[in-house]
This record gives sequence, C-alpha cells and structure tokens, in this order.
Amino acid sequence: MTPAAILAITLGAAATLAAAAPGSSIEPLPRQLSATGLFVPGSTRVEPTAVAFSPQYPLWSDGTRKRRWIQLPPGASIDASRADAWEFPVGTKLWKEFGYARAIETRLIERVADGSWRFAAYVWSADGQDAVLAPEDGAVVPVSEAPNGRYSVPGRGDCVACHEGSAVPVLGFTALQLSPDRDPLAPHADAKRAGLPDLRTLAASGVLRGLPVELLSHPPRIEAPTPTARAALGYLHGNCGHCHNAGGALNGLELVLAQQAERGAHSAERTLASLLGHSSRFRPHGSEATQRIAADHGGSVLTLRMKTDNPLARMPPLGVQVVDTAGVALIERWIANDLQPALSTFQETSR
Amino acid sequence: MKRIPLEYAILGIATVATIAVVHPARAQGAADTADKVKRGQYLVSTSACHDCHTPWKMGVKGPEPDMTRALSGHPEGMTLPPAPKLEGPWIMAAAATNTAWSGPWGVSFTANLTPDPETGLGKWTQRNFTETIRTGRHMGRGRLVLPPMPIPVYRNFTDADLEAIFSYLQTIPAIRNRVPEPLPPSASVAAAK
Repeated sequence: MTPAAILAITLGAAATLAAAAPGSSIEPLPRQLSATGLFVPGSTRVEPTAVAFSPQYPLWSDGTRKRRWIQLPPGASIDASRADAWEFPVGTKLWKEFGYARAIETRLIERVADGSWRFAAYVWSADGQDAVLAPEDGAVVPVSEAPNGRYSVPGRGDCVACHEGSAVPVLGFTALQLSPDRDPLAPHADAKRAGLPDLRTLAASGVLRGLPVELLSHPPRIEAPTPTARAALGYLHGNCGHCHNAGGALNGLELVLAQQAERGAHSAERTLASLLGHSSRFRPHGSEATQRIAADHGGSVLTLRMKTDNPLARMPPLGVQVVDTAGVALIERWIANDLQPALSTFQETSR
Repeated sequence: MKRIPLEYAILGIATVATIAVVHPARAQGAADTADKVKRGQYLVSTSACHDCHTPWKMGVKGPEPDMTRALSGHPEGMTLPPAPKLEGPWIMAAAATNTAWSGPWGVSFTANLTPDPETGLGKWTQRNFTETIRTGRHMGRGRLVLPPMPIPVYRNFTDADLEAIFSYLQTIPAIRNRVPEPLPPSASVAAAK
C-alpha cells in the first residue's frame, strides 16, 4: 500500500467528525484547512487577518519546523487585564503548522459561540494543495523525516490533555511568551524579526486591551539570577508549565514549572521551592534517583525523564519521541552551575 | 464498658436533632455523601476492581484476594523474575498476585487506589480520577494507562458513577505501597523489582 493510500484511508474516517452535534448552533469543523479562514480563498497564501507570531519559549516538537498564526473576529480584542489569563473573544482562531521540508500538519484551536474551545488537526496532502481534517482519535502519517518514518497527529484527547491543563488553553500567545524582552538563550526560539508582534505592538494596535501598564514599561521577564537560570526556567515553562502549574488539574502534585508575567520573581521562587528538596513520586527503573532535582550528576528525576527513551516514563508524555538534547543540556547546566549551592544545603540538612 | 451519663446522652441526641432541624441541608448533604460512598463501594465490588488492584494470595480454598491489602496495588517488595516468553496466540501473562501483567505493551503493575498521599490516590482530586478514566492517561495528562485496565469499558461510567467510586476509594484504609513504574517492552525481559 502506498503512503498516499494509507493517508487516504486514515483520513477517510474524519468524515464522521464533520457532522455537528444534534441541536448544536456551532458550525461543524470544516473538512479542509482551506475552509477554516487561514488562507486567501483559492490559495495557500495566509490571510492578512491571520497574524504570525512566535513565542519566546517554544515547545520542543521533535525538531519540526513550526509556524503560528492568530486571527480575531473583526473589531474584537483580547481582554488582557489578567496578565496571566487572557480572555480571548469568541471567534478567536489559532493555527500551528508543523513540518519538515514540507508542511505535514496544521492544528487549529477555536473559541466557539458557547465560549468553549475546540481543537482540530489537519493533515497536508503531499502536493501541499490543502490539508484534510484528521480523525478525532488522531492519525499516523508516513513521513520519512519523522522518527521511525511515522508522524503522529494528535487526537482531540491529546490536544485537551495539554491545552486544558492551565487557566487558558492558548499556550503560546501570552504576556510572557510575547514579551519584547526576549530571552536570547531560549532553545529553538525563532530569532526576533521585524513584523512579529509583541506586547507593545499588540497593545498599540488595540489587539490587547486592559494590559497592566507596568507590563509595557517593564516587559515580562523571568526573574532569575543568571542568564542560564532564566533560560532554564523559561524552557520548563514552555515545555512543562501547561500541565505543571499552580492552578491546573495537576495542582496536587505540588510541582509548579509555569512562570507568570506578573509577579515574575514570585513565580521563579515558587518553581525552585517545588523542585529543591522534594522527593519524586516517580521512581525510575535502573536508577537510585529519588529527588526531583539532586546535587549528584544523574540523580535528578527531572532530567532522567527528559532523557529517557522509555515512552512510559518520558516527559513530556505527549508529542515527543526525540530527546531534546539542547533542552536537556540547558537544564543540566542550570543544575550543575546554578543550583549546586542550594542543593548542597538540602543534602546537608537531610543527612 | 464505660457508661455515658444520661445527661450527656440526652445532650448528644438533642444536638444531633437540632442540627437536623436547624441545618436540614447539612444533614441531607451528609446523607447524600453516605449514599454516594455506599454506591461507590457497590460499583468497586461489582466492577472487578479487586481482581487486579488487590493482591491475591493462596487461601485454604485456593486463590483469593488478600483483603488486608485491599486495593493497594502491586506489592512494592515483591521481586519478579523476567516475564515469560510467550509464543503463538499466547500474548499475556500475569503474576500469581494478579497485580503484574506482561504483554506486548511491556509489564504493567496495578496501581495503589488507597488514599495514601505519597503512594496512592491521597493527593488526587475527583477531576484527576475522572480524567484518568475518560482519557486513559495517568491523571488525564500523563502516560497511557496500560492493559489490563479496561479503560474502554470504564470510560462508559457516568460522571456520577466516577464520583461515587472516587468518594468510596477516599474512605478506605490508606496503605503505603509504592507500586513500580511500568516497564516498556524492551525492558520487560529483564527482572522487575
């Protein structure tokens, strides 16, 4: 069976998704990406109303090339008065394209009429003409550059697992992620370039309203003692904080890796307090590691779970098959260089 | 047996009666909770939870669940040899405790469902429990929950059922038992502690 045939069979199941729920006033998801509003009709040229953006602490996605856009309804704006929980208007759409040499998949998040968010993934045809709605439970697409030649398109449950773990399902379009004070050491971040919006340009254009003025005069920045610590905390925020945060579903784990735009120093301290001196509930096989972060090299469950090739132990548990060596190196450098004094203190007191 | 003075007994009865009269909603709430826990116990005992989450032992009449370790999952101290290599249509093997299972997914160990805060569900919320069953992912967000956990069956429970089950599980005796993490297929041939 050819890859194209496999793709056709896989995507055929998506037809059932196109039907709206009985009694629903919400339009069903379009079958084609081209019908979602991202492109100028009849082309794959992005609509001028869909604004490209780039978070400063991107999620590691197995080294795929990513592009992102946001589109608000005409005349609508985002209520940014709660700096860490922006209120997006109904009709907001965000797209994120994943690819290697060519686009493979584009995901859509949309706020619908009842205020809820819906999630969808579209899989591109090999000729790049359009993308088709993927089945609700995801799909596997043959892609030569992907790990083992198999690219996994997330199911709706996978989308929800990450995006509904924090206060707002929009993870990359936030005050901290769009700060003009971008972190130069953030792994895999796009270079700052003209035309990409940031907090100041978004506030000036009226896209954001109610943004606390101090965030314009003093843009959000992770409060850390060294550049390495800042980048490490940012990396954990972008890759782990959507689940491991103070107010989400996993609050009971008491592991806070998300940073806040407001009270930046407080959130950095809170992260350290939840990491240092804490034993891990997870105990990896083949290791004596028991601490979330430990002074001895290789004794931190945090990095062991980032580095393992065991899919049952790997963190993040979704969307990652390839170890992010740059991210691991950053966290290990942070532990070795910045956290040693504090870890030594914990080690001494625990004896 | 120490006798309770009559005046204290009258005072106690009067207090309960007063709460019931003055705070009928509170009394009703307590009754609802008791009903929910009772239904949860019924669902746990009829949905085969003990089959895998309570270690089995050899009794005088044969294998039986060891209720002194009820719902505490795979015993932490149990050392297992490598899982047997199976052939043909045989794809699964289970330890005599019924708490460790080997198959194409690797080796899974049944979870501690007691309310122990460090090794069981003591720090879980209703949302964590419900989302685990609904999504088939640990706490709704983590790794996949592995066979033989019948997620495709249990996800058909109603929200009320899952609330009843979780409410009941939070009332059973907490047992400290750190269940091993699952082993991936490549490691399942190695000894599992």
